[in-house]
Amino acid sequence: MQLNLALAQVATHLGDVAANLEKHLHLIKQAKSESADLVVFPELSMTGYVLQDLVATVAGRADEDNPRFKPLIAASRNIDIVVGFVDEDERHRYYIASAYLAGGKVLHVHHKVYLPTYGLFDEGRFFSPGDSIRAFDTRFGRAGLLICEDFWHASPPYLLWMDGADLLLFCSASPGRGLNARDRLESAWWVDGVTQAYANLFTSFVAHSNRVGFEDGFNFWGGSTVFDPSGQRLGQGPNFEEGLTLAQLDLTQLRRTRTRLPLLRDERAELVQKELSRILGKST
Amino acid sequence: MSADAIAPKPDLSINTDLAREILTRFIRSEVTRTGYGRGVVGLSGGLDSAVSLILAADALGAANVLAVRLPHDTSSPDSLEHAQLMIDALGVPSKTIDITPMVEPFEQRDPKISKARKASIMARMRMIALYDQSRDFNGLVIGTSNKSEMLLGYTTLWGDMAAAIQPLGDLYKTQVRQLARALEIPAVIIDKPPSADLWSGQTDEGELGFTYEAVDRILFLLVDGRFSPGACIQAGFKESFVTRVADLMRKNQFKRMMPPIAKLSNRTIGYDFLYPRDWGT
Repeated sequence: MQLNLALAQVATHLGDVAANLEKHLHLIKQAKSESADLVVFPELSMTGYVLQDLVATVAGRADEDNPRFKPLIAASRNIDIVVGFVDEDERHRYYIASAYLAGGKVLHVHHKVYLPTYGLFDEGRFFSPGDSIRAFDTRFGRAGLLICEDFWHASPPYLLWMDGADLLLFCSASPGRGLNARDRLESAWWVDGVTQAYANLFTSFVAHSNRVGFEDGFNFWGGSTVFDPSGQRLGQGPNFEEGLTLAQLDLTQLRRTRTRLPLLRDERAELVQKELSRILGKST
Repeated sequence: MSADAIAPKPDLSINTDLAREILTRFIRSEVTRTGYGRGVVGLSGGLDSAVSLILAADALGAANVLAVRLPHDTSSPDSLEHAQLMIDALGVPSKTIDITPMVEPFEQRDPKISKARKASIMARMRMIALYDQSRDFNGLVIGTSNKSEMLLGYTTLWGDMAAAIQPLGDLYKTQVRQLARALEIPAVIIDKPPSADLWSGQTDEGELGFTYEAVDRILFLLVDGRFSPGACIQAGFKESFVTRVADLMRKNQFKRMMPPIAKLSNRTIGYDFLYPRDWGT
């Protein structure tokens, strides 16, 4: 079974949801015309990243009643879509969110669990943290969604792996930083290294969709990637350029890699649970 | 484990191709999204403005960048000549505005005016002339300030720091020099002593009392590396030098921010009325 994956590296309009929606619909159409089955947009692709007081203005639910979401849900009848947005719950808490849309339905919404609030980041000031990490079933098998800082921590990808995800979808709006003598920024090296490492460690497919463009002085470097369960690079987006990166995922690679390297079979989650309980001061 | 920490070794080398790519895209993005397509650069004949000019011309197209030479009677004649080298090499439109008659009334009003006051007036006159050209040319002022002078406060508030965007503001002077070499800026511009050119014979390093080569390494350790002043001393810098640099950084914080607003209401600009500059674009 094959999955034709498209990673949509967009430069978003900051706070202009209508303009971003138009860009999404255009790229969804383009991805479909290039035979993609699934198109993954970066973190906060519908809104832009450094939102500050714009958060409440751009927030909305991922449902048919939201005129900014309705066309995306409709478009998902032809192609699966992962889109980034600001979710607002019934009690007016705001979340950095990504939704998986398929078959004209919202299949899954992930709320970013780790909100970086240090250095150049100020997410914890404006957003509520999500409180669950769940895999979900798609027509390509079980998948998991994480947003940027979520996968700077090792536990969320691990939990998705334990929850059955064979396809890890990472969405980022990662400001580039750390210029030195190397040919990529430090932050780009770091993310590239860990995404490949997760593919290797979890013998799973890992796709990372990262945005491009600028917001004030922040640059977003793009460089979206796809790795197969053996850690081989299947797709590499350009640095700094907007556009679609296409990759063909041979899903049967999971069986071959895991037969050779049965890390999943040998993983002892109950041991992790036991030791974590001890470490956290609870008796088992 | 040894009680002595390992002395840090600052390495300020940068990938100039990557710097050029990011900065060119930055200028293009941040100028065009405001609805403008053009830029104005005050060209002193020195290194920083030569680099800003090349990046702006790359980003916006040479025809869309106005190079403005702003000489004063006391400026070094080399400055005009070196600026002209850049204008000719890039084929950008240019203007020369002599600020001498703009500064003169201040000197006449107070014949005992100090060198420092006159220098500030000159820097601010250049700002006025540049912003006037910005209107006339319909382009944004592209700044030329670097990280070293911003951190040391070696700059005139509302003068040479005034700009719509600062492409070089996160590069130390010695890093701008690396970029200048990669951009093939003429050696006469790269190799001459950096100067604000506010009076005859003035050099940055003469006035500051240290070289950019040295101070950049201390700043890099303190700011980028988050090392303590003690670690800088361990790295081989004199205590008095490290202390002076740390003091200059602290005392000049005001030059790096908007004036604080006295908070009275529930929503105040700068504290809890927070929007990025690129709001809505």
